[in-house]
Amino acid sequence: MSTPATTADHSEALYITHLPGGHHWSLRLRRGTTLKLSAQQAGTNVGLLCYNPENLLERLNLPDTLKCQHTFKLTRGHCLYSDMGRIFASITQDDLGWHDSVGGNLMRHHLVDKGWQPRSYQQAHNDWTRSGHDAFLVELAKYGLGRRDLAANLNLFSRVESDDTGRLRYITGHGEPGDSVTLRFEMDTLVVLHTCPHPLDPSPDYPRRGVDIRLGVAPPPDENDACFRSRPENARGFENNRLYHLGL
Amino acid sequence: MIIESTLRPENAVNRTTVDAGDHYIGTLKAGQTLRILDLEGNQAADTLFYSARDTAERYSAMDTVREQGALYLTAGSRLLSSEGNLMLTITADTCGRHDTLGGACASESNTVRYDLEKRHMHSCRDNWMQAIADYPEYGITKRDITHNINFFMNVPVTAEGGLTFEDGISAPGKYVELVAAMDVVVLVSNCPQLNNPCNGYNPTPIELLIWK
Repeated sequence: MSTPATTADHSEALYITHLPGGHHWSLRLRRGTTLKLSAQQAGTNVGLLCYNPENLLERLNLPDTLKCQHTFKLTRGHCLYSDMGRIFASITQDDLGWHDSVGGNLMRHHLVDKGWQPRSYQQAHNDWTRSGHDAFLVELAKYGLGRRDLAANLNLFSRVESDDTGRLRYITGHGEPGDSVTLRFEMDTLVVLHTCPHPLDPSPDYPRRGVDIRLGVAPPPDENDACFRSRPENARGFENNRLYHLGL
Repeated sequence: MIIESTLRPENAVNRTTVDAGDHYIGTLKAGQTLRILDLEGNQAADTLFYSARDTAERYSAMDTVREQGALYLTAGSRLLSSEGNLMLTITADTCGRHDTLGGACASESNTVRYDLEKRHMHSCRDNWMQAIADYPEYGITKRDITHNINFFMNVPVTAEGGLTFEDGISAPGKYVELVAAMDVVVLVSNCPQLNNPCNGYNPTPIELLIWK
């Protein structure tokens, strides 16, 4: 992959926060803003979905994201596509080299199946054991969305490999403390995210690994941008975004 | 895994030929068997399943793939719903591998994959849009159209995390057979794609057969 110098190091943070492990958040991010997520530990997981706030029916489409870029893993240089052929966000910086596109979401039954001793809010207050599925449903309901709107999600910071026969393997302890990934938004995007564990995480108890979140701005990408150039398909994706923003 | 069926076409209660670029929507009752037959070879049958009782519960690629620990579908694969429930089991397969990752072609993704000026060409998603417009009684709308199965498609993933589109491993007369564990709505687009060498640029009909 051709990876010219990138403008990913956005030094000025406009907003900084921390999302503890096992929790969820959603926010609208404008075109031209960046979302930098930093893990404090190896084995962190961040479930992520994207929707178009102007038309919530337009959403992250992982099949299109994978097939348009001929990739199974996601890393720097890749773009996250909506089902309308547009780019929600580009991955402009990445320390991990592999983010999971196939593992899906932690369901309530996994908590029991894994022997993670589910803890209610009454029992554990902020240390209760949320599932990623419930985390998404809670955030989505705030926008009038529900089970029908749950698309296949990305699992940032996690790595699931396939061998030549298609057999899957979850890589335990992927990443290093301090590793980060940065998304640059190419259109206004409703971002829904959670820090619940990956459904294949073999930890003996519900792992609680949070992320530091840093919001910033980035200059608009030009034709020398690493994500624009990484695949000819992405140049066409950016052209679809240009069409969407005509007149702005 | 190649497993041949013992069911005989003459005993099927329903046989429907679906031309390329056309669609099928119908209900398969619990216990019934559906065969999807690739009549002329290297065709793609883009398929979604919904619980007939509650169409918000539907086939989930992620749950199916993760719980079986393997990317491809074949005989023995258990197709799980978005609630983790068993919807159908693949009981026979003479093709050996079916894609779970590539999703459907759409007018919009075709502009990215092939050319901006291909947007007018027919696609699986437009085909499904026609199906749900023609049959509103199923209660399926655009938000229900998600990550589908591509029966007969071969999309190998490499150990390094690459994704490739290989020529089909299907051939005339190959089929896959599924038995329903719950009443399911079956929604199929017989892929009209003219830009992908996988079908030799020549999309062809499939047949759907149902046994009681």
